[in-house]
Amino acid sequence: MRLEADDLAYGYPEHPVGSGVSLSIAPGEVMCLLGPNGCGKTTLFKTLLGLLAPQGGRISLEGDDLAHLPRTEIARRVAYVPQAQAGIFPYSAIDIVVMGRTAHGSLFSGPSAEDRRIAQQALDDLGIGALTTRDVTRLSGGQRQLVIVARAIAQAAPLIIMDEPTASLDFGNQVVVLQKIRQLADRGIGILLSTHDPDHAFAVATRVALMQEGAVIAAGRPAEVLTPERLRDVYGVDVTIEQLADGRTVCSPRYIEV
Amino acid sequence: MGGRQATGERDTLTERRGVSLVVPVLAVILLASIFVALTIGAYPVTLDGALSAVARLWAGEAAQSAEERVLLNIRGPRVLAGVIVGAALAGAGAVYQGLFRNPLVSPDILGVSAGAGFGAVVGIFLSLPLAAIQGLAFVGGLATVTLVYAVASAVRGRDPTLVLVLGGVVVGALAGAGISLLKILADPYDQLPAITFWLLGSLASTRGGEIASALPIVLVGLAPLILLRWRINVLSLGDEEAKSLGVEAGRVRNVVIAAATLITASVVAISGVIGWVGLVVPHIARMMVGPNFERLLPASMLMGAAYLVLVDTLARSIARIEVPIGILTAVVGAPFFLWLLWRGRHGWS
Repeated sequence: MRLEADDLAYGYPEHPVGSGVSLSIAPGEVMCLLGPNGCGKTTLFKTLLGLLAPQGGRISLEGDDLAHLPRTEIARRVAYVPQAQAGIFPYSAIDIVVMGRTAHGSLFSGPSAEDRRIAQQALDDLGIGALTTRDVTRLSGGQRQLVIVARAIAQAAPLIIMDEPTASLDFGNQVVVLQKIRQLADRGIGILLSTHDPDHAFAVATRVALMQEGAVIAAGRPAEVLTPERLRDVYGVDVTIEQLADGRTVCSPRYIEV
Repeated sequence: MGGRQATGERDTLTERRGVSLVVPVLAVILLASIFVALTIGAYPVTLDGALSAVARLWAGEAAQSAEERVLLNIRGPRVLAGVIVGAALAGAGAVYQGLFRNPLVSPDILGVSAGAGFGAVVGIFLSLPLAAIQGLAFVGGLATVTLVYAVASAVRGRDPTLVLVLGGVVVGALAGAGISLLKILADPYDQLPAITFWLLGSLASTRGGEIASALPIVLVGLAPLILLRWRINVLSLGDEEAKSLGVEAGRVRNVVIAAATLITASVVAISGVIGWVGLVVPHIARMMVGPNFERLLPASMLMGAAYLVLVDTLARSIARIEVPIGILTAVVGAPFFLWLLWRGRHGWS
């Protein structure tokens, strides 16, 4: 097990968000977190990354208690793709991506030529090599998101946590990122991501956890967890879930009462 | 610096065209500014005279002619002070702007100038000797930032950066009130002009002794900034991202703020409050070399040094009396800054 959370209670001081969360992500696994806005996905992620202290329970990374690991060690084991912000300073895309190599250098060192090569490789990997020298504050939201994904790839951690990585992307780039997630998992990287689209879970997830009000109400294989009944309970909409002839599963809301 | 420094390849990857030339060009401009400053003044000196005086200083010989005495005892130390103060203020400004993720922040943000001003005013009010006034200014600057830090760390559960900035504003205002009170109580013929001049900044009284006391402290403060230059880049993404990338954000920020404050306090103590340099120069440097601190720090320091040397030359030569340099940095800097803003917002956000 790369990452394991056991009976986790999490939230902000004097403002608990959720409790009783147990989950684990193994190498090569893609775990997809679904749940309505405000159900605690981002807060849970921050807790799993050690950015927020857990209010109860235990988190371990490759067997070590997260609370006792130094930052550099956490960063070598798990990379984070936050929801992309505009940023303040006009760093070039390669500068941002090469920051993913920070944990691999010593406290006083800057990135090496090798680090820059890895960063460039990550950009090329995502098909955004042309953005290398572009100022990130002038990129579109989707391009910035891809740059942050590239940074996580450059970080070369065996686990990546992605907070709604497809949220600000256009249709084509959503597919690019989902394909990339699949490829990373095939390389043995464990991925935990949140999304709002059940189709994305069907497309890439090996397991799904459905969240409501801070708690995981169901977890397991996508087809077992994402049933029309549960989605109606959680999101309050009626959906049809069907299997296509080639084996893919799709989810479509019913916009008109039948 | 550091075993993993890049060779060759990175330049082809990251550079915008010409950026790598900026730092050497700025170094040449600084050198030219120094010679301009050495030759201009109440006692005119030729370029040859300046060069031979520098050569004599290099050889460790004493001054021979009147010209050399002016250069080595009065003008030289003053120009050197301009270099140190300008480089320190601009470098500290670049650090603070990155750390507080705000391009409109100056080294004064945590109250170091207000505190140093208060310390110096107390010294002048008590008619202490110059060295004691400078010592009080240095202590006042450091004490103010320490107080701000203590207040900020007592407040929990809020954005630490925001609390720090607000603490700086509040404590700075208190120091400002203290200064105003002492101004009213001070002797209007003797102490009040001295207070006013100190608060506007001047390099007129800097001699070798002041430089010898400030320079080591500046160098001590500079060392962690150079060593941590890459972490400072990562910190400018914000605490959470920096932590997720493996930076101990809180600890690194404390060290960096302490170093930048030490630098600022030590130069404010010998020069008085000189505004604008720490705000505008890093900003212009960022427009030229980009935000990467590895290059922004040397560019800011070279540009700050050249700027202050030239403005100080103006301060002592445009009028019969010495114009306080704090006035000139604003008068020269403000229109230039406005012009940059009008030209475009490149380098800002």
